[in-house]
Amino acid sequence: MEKLAENKIIEDLLPQKFGKQGQIWVVCLLAVCALGCYAYCRQLYYGLEVTALRDYASWGIYISNFVFFVAISLVGSLITAVLRLTDVHWSTPLTRIAEIIAVSAISFAGLIIIVDMGRPDRFYNLFTHGRLQSPIIWDVIVITTYLFISLLLLYFPLLPDLKIMIGFKERNGKWLQKLYEFLGSFWKNKPEQFKITDKAINILSVTIIPVAFAIHTVTSWLFATTYRPGWDSTNFGAYFISGAFLVGAGGVLIAMYVFRTHYKLEKYITDDHFDKMSKVVVLLALVYLYFNINEFLVPAFKMKKSEEEHLMGLFTGEFSPIFWFAISASMLVPILILIFKKGRKPKWAFFAGILVVVGSWFKRFLIVTPTLLHPFLPMHDVPKSYTTYIPTWEEWAIAGGSLAGALLVITFFARIFPIIPIHETIIETDSHEKA
Amino acid sequence: MKTNENSRREFLATTLLAGAALAGCGGNPFTPDEVTDVKPSGEMVKLLSVDGEIIEVDKAFLKPVPEMPPVANTEARVGIPGKKFAMVIDLSRCKSVKKCQSACNHMHHIHPGQNWIKVYPMQESEKTAPYWQPTTCMHCDEPPCVKVCPVDATFKRKDGIVLIDSDRCVGCRFCMAACPYSSRVFNWEEPQIEKEIADKPYSCETSVPQKKGTVGKCDFCPDMVRQGGLPHCVSACPNGVFFFGDILEDTVTNGAETFRFSDLIKDKSGYRLMEDLGTKPSVYYLPPVNRNFPFENNEKNEKA
Repeated sequence: MEKLAENKIIEDLLPQKFGKQGQIWVVCLLAVCALGCYAYCRQLYYGLEVTALRDYASWGIYISNFVFFVAISLVGSLITAVLRLTDVHWSTPLTRIAEIIAVSAISFAGLIIIVDMGRPDRFYNLFTHGRLQSPIIWDVIVITTYLFISLLLLYFPLLPDLKIMIGFKERNGKWLQKLYEFLGSFWKNKPEQFKITDKAINILSVTIIPVAFAIHTVTSWLFATTYRPGWDSTNFGAYFISGAFLVGAGGVLIAMYVFRTHYKLEKYITDDHFDKMSKVVVLLALVYLYFNINEFLVPAFKMKKSEEEHLMGLFTGEFSPIFWFAISASMLVPILILIFKKGRKPKWAFFAGILVVVGSWFKRFLIVTPTLLHPFLPMHDVPKSYTTYIPTWEEWAIAGGSLAGALLVITFFARIFPIIPIHETIIETDSHEKA
Repeated sequence: MKTNENSRREFLATTLLAGAALAGCGGNPFTPDEVTDVKPSGEMVKLLSVDGEIIEVDKAFLKPVPEMPPVANTEARVGIPGKKFAMVIDLSRCKSVKKCQSACNHMHHIHPGQNWIKVYPMQESEKTAPYWQPTTCMHCDEPPCVKVCPVDATFKRKDGIVLIDSDRCVGCRFCMAACPYSSRVFNWEEPQIEKEIADKPYSCETSVPQKKGTVGKCDFCPDMVRQGGLPHCVSACPNGVFFFGDILEDTVTNGAETFRFSDLIKDKSGYRLMEDLGTKPSVYYLPPVNRNFPFENNEKNEKA
């Protein structure tokens, strides 16, 4: 990193008001959210009838969206914990981006699961009548734990930055100043305070790794604990985790590019960061590809009767366009782009990141629905509409609204707090100078 | 309030034992004031009282029992003591008349288009013989649906029956994904039933009324069984395909014929569906050999 004066760093990294672009972006997201809320009101009133879900395809894009959210939230633990514990320092400017993606995604994962419930009014039954042998209860427990650890991992490194921001009273305005003071007025930059938070962050970094593995492994068990072809797999936990790290890393590539160009952060999120993050994505894509080969080649080699219909539906049948799109967009093409040095330049890396995230969303859809449309006993004695699944506009609006909501949380966070840690950047620059 | 409740219960118990209930001419048979409005006809009927004494009541005071009161939820979750219910489905007798299905749909007020009983045209492979296979809920002894339910809304009773408590179900549909027999259906919208039925007190033994946003499935008609009757599919089938009974008593009946369960399974090589999954169903099948009817898959059998 270039040598930068402390004042310059602070000035560059302080949160900025929305420009015109930012305002349009926020209004668009709010509009999508509003449409989603309207669709959800309709669903509350008419019941899940407004969806295309029926007795066979009883889980659809709500659940695939849930899996997607849980998956992308894993990146928080990857960047903050795994890289921190392995003493990798280049990722410091990315930690907060990763952590806010994690927090907002995991919150919306919880919301979308309530949207999928037939009786959201009975949500409290999960606590009053919860039974520990159900993987759903495991999921509730680990997701709540993950949310709280992620919030703390977001908050502790923010404390020194809050102190810096409290100093800019006029710039902040009354409301933000109150918020900053509420959150961080006790922080005095004392060495003891740093000692405590450093220790806390280390402990949390160690704890979050098993919890992160648990959230996505348990989510995979929602499927793998059933008998269904396509889900009945011992590979599922590892398959889900590797896919989750991939989509999260892809999400970070996108966020890096957007924040860098929008807030002019070229000095802080450098080409070198894109280069390194792209290499991480290639590695993760290769790992995920490996688990995909495991997941599909082995059953396809045997072609058990119960699996055959499901697999052929994916390879050459009705789901084959989505299947091959998802495989190429989430893995093959990004690998091809990012193995070249030129491909690891910001623009190409951004493009590859989009491919990874979009491909991964459809991959989640393929994990959930095709299996349900290939039950053990043939689909029979039901109306014709029960034998297919094409999501209705309400489902798209709600799923889209939840994605927009997650983006809104990230956007507002970046408006209120510095998206690149100021204090840590100053420390890093200092240590560079000393060295 | 409490004493009122008690006297109600006593009153009801008396009339139930007698097989009839004293009633006024008004809508509520439990309001004693209205009883006085009925004019005695002079024709007396002998009844057995709770104490075992024979009493005489004027015929004008008699009215058929309006509604069996549902058993309490705690009782419905335990089941009928000392029983272990099972069903035997004789595939050699089925020609897909689907009377079982229509009776079941009618009695449980199932949403149009959905069925708890499905009658599958089965053919294992190209050269093997096709046959009809009616499926109910298998009431597994290792029920995958019960394992995954997060709130104990679907549960296994001591008498072997797997039921759903629609007052507790949160509608997550994990049980539907877990059931390998596709026997569960979901109430995607407000059930289209008459107000009279919708107003009935819900019981997991009757599964009526169905509730929006919850899961439903074949319940082995425990309300009928509790009264000593047979599930609706059993009595509705004109070909005697369904046999129902108690494994502990080792008897099953389709209403007309009664067999020793173990002999029937032994003699006709009974089997269960998807034994390899380890779900241990309570529904047994007799293979489609020496059939009563040839297999005819006409379009009129195909509603879908």
